[in-house]
Amino acid sequence: MTETSDALARRTILKGAIAGGLAGFGLGAFPFPAFADADAKEWPADAFKSKNEAETIKALYGKTAEASDKVSLDAPEIAENGAVVPVAVSSALPGVTGIALLVLENPNILAAAYKIPEGTQASVANRLKMAKTSKVVAIVESGGKLYSATKEVKVTVGGCGG
Amino acid sequence: MAGTIRVRATTSGDTTEVQSLIRHPMDSGFVKDAKGELIPAHHIEVVQFEHGGKTVFTALWGPAVSKDPYLKFSFKGGKAGDDLKVSWVDNKGASDSLVAKIQ
Repeated sequence: MTETSDALARRTILKGAIAGGLAGFGLGAFPFPAFADADAKEWPADAFKSKNEAETIKALYGKTAEASDKVSLDAPEIAENGAVVPVAVSSALPGVTGIALLVLENPNILAAAYKIPEGTQASVANRLKMAKTSKVVAIVESGGKLYSATKEVKVTVGGCGG
Repeated sequence: MAGTIRVRATTSGDTTEVQSLIRHPMDSGFVKDAKGELIPAHHIEVVQFEHGGKTVFTALWGPAVSKDPYLKFSFKGGKAGDDLKVSWVDNKGASDSLVAKIQ
């Protein structure tokens, strides 16, 4: 009896040693990325989970937006492929610090948010997925206030379902 | 995940225009695979562009950004031959970075 339990104990110790060795190897194989400066801590998880326009804007910027003709939102009238919808935002407003894009009919409505430091132009182009025909809202943060522009994009083939 | 970033930065006057393309699945978490099982969300969360020791642009992305994301923006300053550093990190902790020369 004692022999068996000794053998078991020894096996457990060995297993532990192997696991420890593997963990050590794992750390060695994947060292901390020396030059990956993008920091996942910056990612606003709450805002990206939100299903509601006002809540999303509040989670991102802590205030509400007003419609403005100084925000220019360039998106197609009809998108044949909802998986790749080209969307561009620019603004002539001074001191722009942020731009966000919302697709109101998507499962989670916030698609992308951009931080615009001083010296960077208030202009960004990207491609978004759209589940179905939806309003796309661009939010621009300028001088501590929020301005928005909205455009409806008709989608013939959705890009979020399968 | 090396070699996922392609970036082209060109100056004209005092403005540098940057276009980047990153190879990434950007799985939304709503798409099913051939067996009918949901493919878990896998997307880039943060992309950062640096020039002269200063962040010139930060993108925060959800899963609604298209596969192999494209991005275009412009910043003031930047000369031909300067370094532009691009880095990204995704929701599984994977990352990549690249230093490109401004043209």
